[in-house]
Formats: sequence, C-alpha cells, structure tokens
Amino acid sequence: MTTQSTSTLPRPAVISKARPRKNNTLTTALHGLGLLVVVFGTLFPFLWMVLTSFKTTSQITSNPPLLFFSGTLDHYRSILGDQYNVGGSLVVSLIVATSATALAVLLGTPAAYALARFSFKGKDDLWFWFISNRFLSPVVLVLPIYLVASQLRLIGNPVLLIAMYLTFSVPIVIWICTDQFRSIPRELDEAAMVDGATPSYIFFKVALPLALPGVVVSSILSFIFSWNELLFALFLTRGDGVTAPVRATGFLSGYDVPWGEIMATGTLIVLPVIVFSLLVSRHLVQGLTMGAIK
Amino acid sequence: MHTQKRITPFLFLAPAVIVLAVVGIYPLLFAAWVSLHTYLLAQPNIPHDFIWFSNYLTVIQDGAFWGSIGRTLFYLAVALPVQIVLGLGIALMLRRGRWAALRGFARVALVIPLAMTPVVTGLIGRLMFNQEFGIANYIQTTITGNKVGIEWLGNPTMAFAAILLLEIWQWTPFAALIFLSGLTAVPVEVEEAATLETRSFWVMLRQIQMPFLMPALTAILILRTADILKQFDMVYTLTGGGPGSSTELINLYITRIGLRGAFDQGVASAQAILMLVLTIMLSRLYIKYLYKGDDA
Repeated sequence: MTTQSTSTLPRPAVISKARPRKNNTLTTALHGLGLLVVVFGTLFPFLWMVLTSFKTTSQITSNPPLLFFSGTLDHYRSILGDQYNVGGSLVVSLIVATSATALAVLLGTPAAYALARFSFKGKDDLWFWFISNRFLSPVVLVLPIYLVASQLRLIGNPVLLIAMYLTFSVPIVIWICTDQFRSIPRELDEAAMVDGATPSYIFFKVALPLALPGVVVSSILSFIFSWNELLFALFLTRGDGVTAPVRATGFLSGYDVPWGEIMATGTLIVLPVIVFSLLVSRHLVQGLTMGAIK
Repeated sequence: MHTQKRITPFLFLAPAVIVLAVVGIYPLLFAAWVSLHTYLLAQPNIPHDFIWFSNYLTVIQDGAFWGSIGRTLFYLAVALPVQIVLGLGIALMLRRGRWAALRGFARVALVIPLAMTPVVTGLIGRLMFNQEFGIANYIQTTITGNKVGIEWLGNPTMAFAAILLLEIWQWTPFAALIFLSGLTAVPVEVEEAATLETRSFWVMLRQIQMPFLMPALTAILILRTADILKQFDMVYTLTGGGPGSSTELINLYITRIGLRGAFDQGVASAQAILMLVLTIMLSRLYIKYLYKGDDA
C-alpha cells in the first residue's frame, strides 16, 4: 500500500492526484474492516460469557457451539441460592471495596493536598514512596501478613482485607488528587488565608470541593481495583467471608465443572465494574497511567 | 503562625503515612525477619531458628525458582512487544479517517477488557480453550476444514500460548488507549500541513507523530512491565500454573512455596525479598527516568 519512494522523492502532481484516490477506497475499506475486527475481538470473550450464562448445561457443551438457543435463568437461580451463595460474596466484595475506597479518600486527599500545596524537606522521597507502591507485588506483602494475621486470629476478618487494599487504593487517590489540587489556582487558598481561615477549613471548604472530579475518578478506580483483586482475598478470607473473585475460583475445585454457574458468576462480578468504567472511560486511561502522561 | 504553617503539612500527611507504614512497611520488615529463620507452616513444632542466609542459598540454588523467573521474563518479552505493536496500530486506526461512529464505538469497546476482572478472564479462557467444546478449536476447525482438537490447557506449549493470548487480549486495549491519548496531543495544523508534504504513512508516523508517542510508549513499557511481573489472578484461574509447572509465573511459584503447597514461609519470604529488591531497583530506574521532569 505504501511506497518507499514517497518519502524521498517529490512526486509529479498528476500522479499524486490520481494515486491517493484509488488508494483511499482500498484504505478506507481496510480501515473499516480493521475496526470491525477490533470491536469484535474486544467484545467477543465478554459476550460469549454472558451468552453462555443463559445456556443449559447440554447447550454449553454442544459441539459445534450454539449461537442461538432458548435461554434459561437456572444458573443465576442456582448461584444465588444457598449452595453457592455468590450473592453473599458479592455483598462482601461490595463492603470491602466500598470501605477501602472511602478510607482511601479520607486518608489520601489531605496527603495529596499537602503534596500539592506545601513545600517541605523530604517531599521527593515521600512522593517516590507513594509511587513505588504501584510497583510492589502483593505477593511480598501477603506472606508476612498471613503469618501475623494467623497469630492474631484475623484471617477471614474483612477488616484485614480492607486494610491490605489500602496499600494500593491510598496511592491511587494520592496520585490523581495531587494533580487535581495542583490545577486549582493557589490564589483561592491565599485569599481564604488572608480572611483568617485555618488550613483545615481551607482544605474542606475551598480546595476539596474544587478537586471533586479527581476524587470521583480516583474513587471509582480504587473501587474497581479492590473489586477485581484476587491474591490478598484468596489467602486472607475464608468461609462465608470470601469475596466474589475468590468464590469464582472455588468452582474449579469440584469434580464436575459447573460451566453455567461459573459464567453466570463471572457476569455478575464483571457487570458493575464495566458500568463504572464506561462512566469514567474518558478518565480511566489517565487514571491507570497514574499521571504518567499528562 | 509560622510554626503552625510548618506543622500543617505533616498533620495532613500523617494519617496516610502512618497507615501505609503499618500495612505496607511493617509486613516487609517481618518478611525480612522470616526469611532469615526456619519457618515451616505445616510443622509448627519445629522451632523458628535463626539460620543466617541459608534460605537465600536454597533459593539461589533452586532451579525451579530461576525457571519461573525465566518463564516470567519470556512471558514479558513476548506479550509486551505484541501489545505495543497492536496497540499502536489500533490507536492509529482510531485516530482519523472515515467511520467516525465505528471508531467511537471501538473506543468504548476497548474499555471493557481493562475493566474485566482478571479472575473472570481466566475463567472465560477455560471455557473458550476447552478441548471438546471450546470455541477456539471450533474456529480453527471451521477455518482449516479439518477437525481440530487441540488440548490447549493440557499441553505445556499450548497452555503457555493460551495465557499469552489472554494477556494480549486484556491489555492491548490499554496500550491502544494510551497511544491514542498521545496522538490526540499532535496539533491538527501540524498534521494537516504534513499531509501536504507527504502521503506516506511511515513518514507521517516517524516525523510527526513519534515525538508525541514517546511519553505514551515509556508509560506503557513501565506500567506493563510492573504489572506483568505481578501477574497472578488470570493465570491462577486459567491454568493454575500447570500443566506441570509450564505456566507457573514467579508469583504463582512463590505462593505455592509459601501458602499453597510446600508451606515453607522461610524460603518463600527469601524469594519475595529477592523479588522486592529486583522491583525496587527496576522502579527506581524507571521512575527516575519517567519523572525526571517533574517538579514534585
């Protein structure tokens, strides 16, 4: 499609007028085809899961796979019943993710404000320490925490999981909100200070309301990260206290694999985060790069 | 007034710093202590003796440890370039041209893999790569016309291919969206002026768009490297590290030694500390490079 010569030699006007037109039709067609492949490839696994969750077991294991079938809600009834109790684990996940996010905002926004507004010794090191949490593998933390928690009989206590989720949710809030606070004109703070307002008053009444977009985006990201997490939850929760991803892995331990139940569970786990991500899709990428690109 | 001003930032920072120290630093110190002791979870009667660096010696001489490190690096070396190349291609397709509605739709669709719970990605993989009724074999059967019955998850090579395919499916959109946000920084006038000069796609990419894509590329390299070294959830549900240890990445190996099979906390902690040292060195290097222009 592309020619090497175009880069080195200027082409006669006649040709350069004629060539692109022909090229354009083909390029446009390929472009459209490429986009279709991207959309289809991206959506297919997700749609296949949702589709499978409505099939009966014999429809799931049919070969060739069925695209059209009479649907059933049996698997959803089954997983929300007492045997699998996926509903209970979704509630645990909701409690853990919400608490971790709320605490992260409570702890993270004042810290972000301080990093954005004040200058003090060791600020760079503190900044690096917060950032480095992005690179820390949870495996390094889960081993010692498991030992300490076993001795304190805390394994299975959701508070422990919430505390561990702060290791990534607090840094998310600090990163995104530090940027947000920096973008607020300093004069607003100074004007309030001249009026005799205390720093905490300025933070709560002046800066925080203006930083609300950053708080919302970082909250949603921290919720999604907490909701999706497996490693900590796998080793630090048990019994009725397991989160939804842990419950989903539990289906694999049995002799028969209950495909319908697994796909129904997967659908229920994934739907809330997909809805949330689509809501913040514009900020999602920026949030995921932790401000690496501005 | 002056002293109050100096104390204020510390009051704002203290809660976050204290909490992160308790949940983030204290465990690391404890792990360092455990790594210097005998610590077998399955045999609580064996005393936790101080044994100097013999756990580290065990790790260094352990072929399986280096095997899982090599596997993880291989996984990184294949997945990352593919994600970058495909991601750049997708970003360029989304940037301009006809099909505005389709481009908008594709952009939204790309968000879905990013949000997908990795555990669930692994479970979907189990379904799609099933030997008897999985759609992966069905598609190949349809295309080739011959009956294909690949034992995806029972064959070491194919299982590794399966985890790579899902890794690439889930995180190529991440690269694509970051590249796209880099491309949107290219001034429209510059691009339009360039189209008068050249019609070559490559010249356009190299001369005009590349400078704006470099920060995006750096971010992708750094963040994907960090996350791939952390990879656990998706592989745990798709293959569990098997068959044998053919897909056992470093985190699956460490958790197997410490918490899932051998219950040898001493050795597992030594492995984790070595990983930590590696990560700190990498992230120091990376962040220095990435944030060198930051005033923070």
